[in-house]
Amino acid sequence: MVNKKFKFLEHTADVKFQAFGKTIEQVFVNSALAEKETICGKKKILSKIKKEIKVTGKDNESLLYNFLEQFLYLLDAEDFLLNKIKAIKIVNGKLKATCLGDSAKKYKFRNSVKAVTYNEMFVKKDKNPWISQVVLDV
Amino acid sequence: MVEINKIGKNIYEIPKTGSMKVPGLVYASETLIEAMKQDKTLEQVKNVACLPGILQASIAVADAHQGYGFSIGGVAAFDLDKGIISPGGVGYDINCSVRLLKTNLKKKGFLEKKKEVVEALFRKVPSGVGRGSKFQITRKELDKLLEGGAKYIVQKGFGVDEDFLHTEENGAIPGANPEKVSEHAVKRGIGQVGTLGAGNHFLEVQFVDEIFDDEVAKTFGLEKDQVTIMVHCGSRGLGHQVASDYIKKMEEEYGFAGLPDRELINAPINSKLGREYYAAMACAANFAFANKQLITHWIREELKYIFPEIKVDVVYDVCHNIAKFEEHEINGKKMKVCVHRKGATRSFGPGRKEIPEDYRKVRQPVIIPGSMGTASYVLVGTKKAEELTFGSTVHGAGRLSSRTKALRDLRGEKIKKSLNEQGIEVKTMDIKALAEEAPQAYKDIEEVVRVVDELGISKKVARLKPLGVIKG
Repeated sequence: MVNKKFKFLEHTADVKFQAFGKTIEQVFVNSALAEKETICGKKKILSKIKKEIKVTGKDNESLLYNFLEQFLYLLDAEDFLLNKIKAIKIVNGKLKATCLGDSAKKYKFRNSVKAVTYNEMFVKKDKNPWISQVVLDV
Repeated sequence: MVEINKIGKNIYEIPKTGSMKVPGLVYASETLIEAMKQDKTLEQVKNVACLPGILQASIAVADAHQGYGFSIGGVAAFDLDKGIISPGGVGYDINCSVRLLKTNLKKKGFLEKKKEVVEALFRKVPSGVGRGSKFQITRKELDKLLEGGAKYIVQKGFGVDEDFLHTEENGAIPGANPEKVSEHAVKRGIGQVGTLGAGNHFLEVQFVDEIFDDEVAKTFGLEKDQVTIMVHCGSRGLGHQVASDYIKKMEEEYGFAGLPDRELINAPINSKLGREYYAAMACAANFAFANKQLITHWIREELKYIFPEIKVDVVYDVCHNIAKFEEHEINGKKMKVCVHRKGATRSFGPGRKEIPEDYRKVRQPVIIPGSMGTASYVLVGTKKAEELTFGSTVHGAGRLSSRTKALRDLRGEKIKKSLNEQGIEVKTMDIKALAEEAPQAYKDIEEVVRVVDELGISKKVARLKPLGVIKG
């Protein structure tokens, strides 16, 4: 299970996924990668632009919601398309991450992700690995 | 398993149990109910029935399917004093809506230049991502757009008065206050005026395949073999961010303990936050109206270039993700209520002051897009809808299976080929993603329309068939 970064689940209208990780940071990174795949499929994105992001949340779910939403904002407002997360730190509901990606203008794809939702969302520690579940409105 | 009982032809009831304040009512055929039982639609109808101040029933119409919080195809009316307003009851794509344009062109004339037209429209109307709008607008002007909606765009010289007069709410919902829209939302939306977006959004060139009601079709200006154009899009990043911002604000103010689903977060309609959400939602709705107005203008420009004699008029423009203050009869008494329609279309009968004057006598046009490659419908609103569903009907075919499944089982290239074989021209930014919107992933529009026509919550006027599709 832990070897897999994320998996997509059935949902009639929207996209639902679960992400896995040994640490909370890793489950957040893998959730962002699942979101990225929903946005642009398996397209190869280059790491040409660096973005530092900071988000807060009052629980793990709201922190994840705000984190994933940040990428939708960056895409719409700054044309930033995520490739990978280089560094991430989560302390007391505060998240800091260094993200690498490229200008979305260089790629041809259709982003169908409208928003992150709280629907059926969870972030939990299941014995050893962390698991998150997210439904994206597409 | 949610208990559900058939109480009439195409009418099912979820009895009031537990913390439900009203029963659930589902307007669907046996086939469509069976599809709803496969996911969480009925559970979501039940959850909505638990919300404070809900009136009469939590309703789902024939194309309903699982959403988040509220189901898609969900209708709920709330008491203005005791009731709530919920961003999840409107949806993230605030005022996702459909505009139908008619032309004086016949199918035969269009077919001669089909490919050229579809390519020209694809070039002109930005879709997908990374294709921002050519329409540059300052922050100050954007504020005016958020208040003025389609009318603002027309006043800028992009259209005629009839365009916004033939739009729900005359193309601008009153009560919009740009101060209630966050900087984040503005930044997401400012470069997106006049863009289709992606997902299930599209621009389609169609022809009138069949007329079911001559008199009403004549009033709407529709006749057999006439070329029409349908635009389906919403409020883009701005609307999505407004929804998200207020979901967070409401959580902070009221918490979500006791809610069956965190997405059902809400605020009392007459609270400060409730009023602020409405003012921001109205801005997003007006953004969507303005968006389609600009797209309409561009379509006109392109078509005029190819067909110099062409005339393009707006038939009507309907919202299907919205909350509205409307007057309805509750227990024999007329009162103003807040109706949430999420994936549902207003369907008013004759005489309502909300309907454009030239249509008022024959009732409100209802525009129902089909799934890609299948027929779309023009219906007309009814008194029956006002009695049964707070004046509401379906919004489309409604999804049947997941995008994940469609991407796994179907190939975009194959779908394009099959559409081409049916004579339908297709253009898209991402051919692979075409699979997500394959007709197989949707309910049968014919069944959905048959049921609402039989129920009488909207009546068939005309069927439109696609000739060219531009997928967002």
